[in-house]
Amino acid sequence: MIPTNFDYFAPTTIEEALKLLDKHGDDCKVLSGGHSLIPVLKLRLAAPAVVVDIGRIKELRTIKVDGDTIRIGANTTHAEITSNADLKKHCPLLCETAAQIGDQQVRNRGTIGGSLTHADPAADWPAAILALDAEIVARSGKGERVIKASDFFVDVMTSAVEPNEIVTEIRVPKPAQPNAAVYLKVPQSASGFAIVGVAAQLKIANGKCEDVSIGVTGLAPKAFRAASVEAALRGKAIDDATVSAAAAKADAEAADAMEDIHASGDYRRHLARVYARRAVQAAAARA
Amino acid sequence: MKINLSINGQKHEADVEPRLLLVHFIRDLAGLTGTHVGCETSICGACTILMNGKAVKSCAILAVQADGAEITTIEGLATNGQLHPVQEGFWECHGLQCGYCTPGMIMSACGLLKENPNPTEDQIRHGLEGNLCRCTGYQNIVDSVKYAANKIKAQTAKAD
Repeated sequence: MIPTNFDYFAPTTIEEALKLLDKHGDDCKVLSGGHSLIPVLKLRLAAPAVVVDIGRIKELRTIKVDGDTIRIGANTTHAEITSNADLKKHCPLLCETAAQIGDQQVRNRGTIGGSLTHADPAADWPAAILALDAEIVARSGKGERVIKASDFFVDVMTSAVEPNEIVTEIRVPKPAQPNAAVYLKVPQSASGFAIVGVAAQLKIANGKCEDVSIGVTGLAPKAFRAASVEAALRGKAIDDATVSAAAAKADAEAADAMEDIHASGDYRRHLARVYARRAVQAAAARA
Repeated sequence: MKINLSINGQKHEADVEPRLLLVHFIRDLAGLTGTHVGCETSICGACTILMNGKAVKSCAILAVQADGAEITTIEGLATNGQLHPVQEGFWECHGLQCGYCTPGMIMSACGLLKENPNPTEDQIRHGLEGNLCRCTGYQNIVDSVKYAANKIKAQTAKAD
């Protein structure tokens, strides 16, 4: 499997990369780690005339804790996120999610910005990014725009990123209770993609749920916030009955459920409900 | 496009098409056919190599992305006719049968042991999730990696 031919540019600054995007427009694809794009090129599902490799732009490969905001450069690999000491302390949900992506080799190359932009409906990052209420920064020749995670995923393999934009940074508000979080998934056994994955971030005081956010991936054409589960938990005591009743609404926001040879739509809905319950219980137990 | 990379310590310069995959550079241009092509869909791990010390799948990387990189393939592990501890582990513990997945398994194990020299059995299995074996099964492969970890530990202790 060989990709079709293309012209290749490897700029070392964001400005240079954006100029290339403006020049080549729709004929252009952005390459970061390549673990979403290269398989697509090899299968010839895409045949861009130009590939702009942003992998050599060093300023996009950073992790910074800046006051109440964690800033992760788009080119940061899953492996770098898994093992980062600051993230382990301030937002272990990011590390736990990264560690469950694909396999060792994929984590060494794949990047958070690339994975998010690709918007695979079974990818792991969307669940965590939604549960953390993160923002994604996209830059074009005209300037910068900040997109909320809940507006970022548009449809299957479609994110809010425009063809003339590059994702530069993921901004995650520091969770109040970093440890009260979890990402659980049922992986498809060959690829490791989530058949269903649920990320939960809680804030608990005196046994009561002060706040909660839950991201669900794998179930619907785009990852989503399980708002009905969240509403059923907020302000309530975290006991088994409350959590079970809330988690039963985990597929309420999913108008359509994905179906394939690995799992039917109904089975995915069932998994979402079971994994939402387990995720909330596990996150509460860690608080 | 002209690229320069080092494979097993040897410089390779070539003018390549941007679409050339790294695995084909290694096999067809450098003539190192120990790195195998399996599924071609970045699932099976047969094409695993070390790139700047990290285990990666060379069928999912363009050769141009590896411009300037240090590559290690299975051919680069043995020194002076001495098997690398991971190779020795696969030999001693019957970690292979047909051998097709073996170079990739060994390179992934090398990547894993660099990150974590004392892996638990669970960590070994997690580290090898990106490599598929269709004949021996995984038990002896896990034993081989345990053997290698112990051997490297013993060697390091001796050197100290």
